[in-house]
Amino acid sequence: MSLTLEQVKRIAHLARIETSDAEALSTQGHLNGIFQLIEQMQAVDTRGVEPMAHAQDVSQRLRDDVVGEADRRAAYQAVAPETEGGLYLVPKVIE
Amino acid sequence: MTQWEVVIGIETHAQLATATKIFSGASTAFGAAPNTQACAVDLALPGVLPVLNKRAVECAIRFGLAIGAEVAQKSVFARKNYFYPDLPKGYQISQMDLPVVVGGAITVQVGQGDKAYEKSVRLTRAHLEEDAGKSLHEDFHGKSGIDLNRAGTPLLEIVSEPDMRSSDEAVAYARALHALVRWIGICDGNMQEGSFRCDANVSVRPKGQAEFGTRREIKNLNSFRFLKEAIDYEVQWQINEIEEGWRIQQATVLFDPDSGETRMMRSKEDAHDYRYFPDPDLLPLVISGDWIARVQGELPELPGQKRQRFVSELGLSDYDATTLTANSEIAAFFESTVAIAGPALAKPCANWVMVDLAARLNKEGREIAESPVSAAQLAGLIQRIADNTISNNIAKKVFEALWNGEGATADEVIDRQGLKQITDSGAIEKLVDEVLAANAANVAEFKAGKEKAFNALVGQVMKAAKGKANPQQVNDLLKQKLAG
Repeated sequence: MSLTLEQVKRIAHLARIETSDAEALSTQGHLNGIFQLIEQMQAVDTRGVEPMAHAQDVSQRLRDDVVGEADRRAAYQAVAPETEGGLYLVPKVIE
Repeated sequence: MTQWEVVIGIETHAQLATATKIFSGASTAFGAAPNTQACAVDLALPGVLPVLNKRAVECAIRFGLAIGAEVAQKSVFARKNYFYPDLPKGYQISQMDLPVVVGGAITVQVGQGDKAYEKSVRLTRAHLEEDAGKSLHEDFHGKSGIDLNRAGTPLLEIVSEPDMRSSDEAVAYARALHALVRWIGICDGNMQEGSFRCDANVSVRPKGQAEFGTRREIKNLNSFRFLKEAIDYEVQWQINEIEEGWRIQQATVLFDPDSGETRMMRSKEDAHDYRYFPDPDLLPLVISGDWIARVQGELPELPGQKRQRFVSELGLSDYDATTLTANSEIAAFFESTVAIAGPALAKPCANWVMVDLAARLNKEGREIAESPVSAAQLAGLIQRIADNTISNNIAKKVFEALWNGEGATADEVIDRQGLKQITDSGAIEKLVDEVLAANAANVAEFKAGKEKAFNALVGQVMKAAKGKANPQQVNDLLKQKLAG
């Protein structure tokens, strides 16, 4: 499998990354190189092997449902670009 | 003309009743000042890691067991990628290929009276995920305000099969699901606060056609009325489009309650491409058989089981049994009442809870859990009707007195206010004789064939008895005397 230039540009758009044509072209080369590696791995016969969702074969640790976080809004908002009335302000987004 | 068939599937987001977020220890309490419950994990500050809330998982297990689904021994969290300022990480942690709950079904009662029927709606899956924050678009001089208190709140997304064939069936399903999640204590069901919201996937097809039509998804319906109105509007819109020769385009739409219309939010072309992949920050969730067995042991009797038992053991009608299992509070009140009054009085207990008590609560906008008349007081009242101490009419007076705290028990009220029914036939006969002597005109009318005159005479006797004479005895005696 390999990616077309169009697909590279679409992925860049979805990730909100601005790319020039030259960058898209070189990225296409890099990504397709990775796909070649994946193709090599896919040549291995994995029939009967259960896919792993994580590289470590251990399961999720769970946390008791007890509040352990205090209000630290002032500290967090001190480093925010803009706030008002306790809200973070961002460029207007409306769908 | 083509006969159209409606096909509806529903996705529901139920906010789980936990004290903390799904992946952080921040509080989920509603109504806090903006961003005071958004911790470093919820804000996606660099270096933070999610730790899964055990109680959220337990809620999912409870739900799975309650609908007869398979609770997955192993499920996996995935990242759903999209950009929006109220989603600081740039992805929502959800579940994709391996959800925690698979399959199951809910039996719902559709309609009332003769047209009522039962229907089983199959569920596809239910998975755990986190909620996003809230964007406020007004009053920030051209900017949007972001409150991340809700970010990371645990949700159970419950997906049905496209099994519903009308807006009534859709509402019956949503109501049954709403009652169930409250019943098993995993969601408070508060729709105004957004704890329970539905998306409806709606399509139409010519009756008899096997394939589904193209569907449009109506997002974020937060009341049963809007759910019905939105579906009814959308169905008519789709039929009109097709009959005018247009094709339905897959799209996401919003319902505007003010205009009663649905309008397009985004079409398939710019539909999100979420690029799901397993979240490397989270290990697979493994649920042991022991854990499932323990949760099973803690599950209460479910509404469907209770409804059947009310019919088979207490002899209630389907309608009564359904009404009394609408939520766990009303069921508990009814059962406490019957426990004291005795199963032989189940039917009057049902009537008092569903009719008199419900009307009185409704009048004052109170919930049954806040009823000033307790189940024990109501049971005592019903027993005094059953043993003829008081008539139904006097019982309403006693009920009102109990409501107003004029006595601790029905017996106390009856005693103190002298409401005990007169059943002494000698005393009633004396009253009847007096009334007959004083109302010669009514007697003559009755004898001339006017049935109404009889009721007037009954009324006079009851009045003379201050409402306390046994009505049956008064009727019998009057008939006897007038015939003689």
